[in-house]
Amino acid sequence: MREDEVPQDEVAYYGGARKALYAVDRQGHYETVASSGWAVEATVTGDAIAEFERRAAAARVRVARGESSPLEFHMYARRMDLPTLAQSTGFWRCSVRRDLRPDAFARLRPARLRRYADALGIGVEVLQTPPPEAPPGSP
Amino acid sequence: MIVENFQHRHAGHCETGVTSSLLRHYGLDISEPMALGLSAALTFFHFPFVKVGGFPITAYRMPPGSVYGGLRKALRLAMKKRRFGDPDAAMAALDAELAAGRPVGLQTSVYWLPYFPPEMRFHFNAHNLIVYGKDGDDYLISDPVFDAPQRCPSADLRKARFARGTFAPRGLLYQPQDFARDFDLRAALKAAIGKTWKMMLHTPVPYVGVRAIERLARELETLDRRKPDVRWQRLYVGNIIRMQEEIGTGGGGFRFMYAAFLQEAGEKLRDATLPEVSRQMTACGDAWRQFALQGALFARKKPDVTPALLGARLRECAAQERAVYEALKRWTKAAA
Repeated sequence: MREDEVPQDEVAYYGGARKALYAVDRQGHYETVASSGWAVEATVTGDAIAEFERRAAAARVRVARGESSPLEFHMYARRMDLPTLAQSTGFWRCSVRRDLRPDAFARLRPARLRRYADALGIGVEVLQTPPPEAPPGSP
Repeated sequence: MIVENFQHRHAGHCETGVTSSLLRHYGLDISEPMALGLSAALTFFHFPFVKVGGFPITAYRMPPGSVYGGLRKALRLAMKKRRFGDPDAAMAALDAELAAGRPVGLQTSVYWLPYFPPEMRFHFNAHNLIVYGKDGDDYLISDPVFDAPQRCPSADLRKARFARGTFAPRGLLYQPQDFARDFDLRAALKAAIGKTWKMMLHTPVPYVGVRAIERLARELETLDRRKPDVRWQRLYVGNIIRMQEEIGTGGGGFRFMYAAFLQEAGEKLRDATLPEVSRQMTACGDAWRQFALQGALFARKKPDVTPALLGARLRECAAQERAVYEALKRWTKAAA
């Protein structure tokens, strides 16, 4: 990559920050060049985030219908999936899956709720309330 | 408190950047590409059976800790590493080091660091940063992938240091304790470059090295048959590209940084071959960037870009890389 090939696509989420890329100057000598982002990277990152948002939105509908517990919504809203949440709490994966059911979730003991809330970085009350109607914002 | 003479440096990647910056602070001038090359941390692996976030793990570098770990032999670097069971003890140890005027490296999660843009915050636990001071409740952080120093409230840093899951940092805190100030550069380079080509050409399993690139190419070529779900395909391809470009690699999945290393090594040894191989490696990086570009077109649903075409691109990357490592192999054999 030559230094004039370093992408400067002004990716919005960089928010003025720059990323260092290695590129060669006219004499063929390597140096770091500050880049304001590459559209390619913004596309694939956006897709990955959209996938979590899609799952969170689907979970919100299921929670409203009483088919799933708020835990499922909060899990996806915090960009986790079942294995990640299980690892973050230290619970068995099958037991986390069980807690995604509304009836099992309603019977959870305070200590276990606390563990979930801590792993997700939210309060216990937030974890227990059904998700709001509006789409989830930033993490 | 603040470590006055600590200098923040912008780098392509977190662990190589932290290693280079810390060593410079403690008195050994080593560039980021040198840290990558001398630790033989460049690689490629793709494990179809190990999943992260639901997708097979793809990496362009050795696992976390291999950069400073890999310098143990080359520089006789003794890194003092401490992990903690108790977050309070971990934060107290950090404060004690800062009070003594010693900046330290930390391993953290990316997700819980508030200074990262929300779009870049994923659950990835092997991020590295340097803490060089504390101002009130905020820690002063030199995060090499940012162009300027950052601040982070102590509660957030504490959470980031104790995120659980794959690569859980368990409060890991490290600093160089001892290293050789004058070492045999030629021998160190030969050993490190030798390690890299051996791994890339002769790993006996097809999940690591050039064969892993070819294997991934074949996976892409047969993707339509195996996984017809187009949405899944896009996320899968996107995931490979994110590992290559987004997670701070200096571009082209570390290939440009390694080319910079070969160039620097050639200059230091006054060697004629290495700069030539460096140019070849630059071409590899360019090939990887082309692959990423095509992959993004695929993600944007351009009809003429198919997974099979992406696979063909990857085969070009593999062929070019093979030539580079063959050249490095000849170089180490000739230098013997």
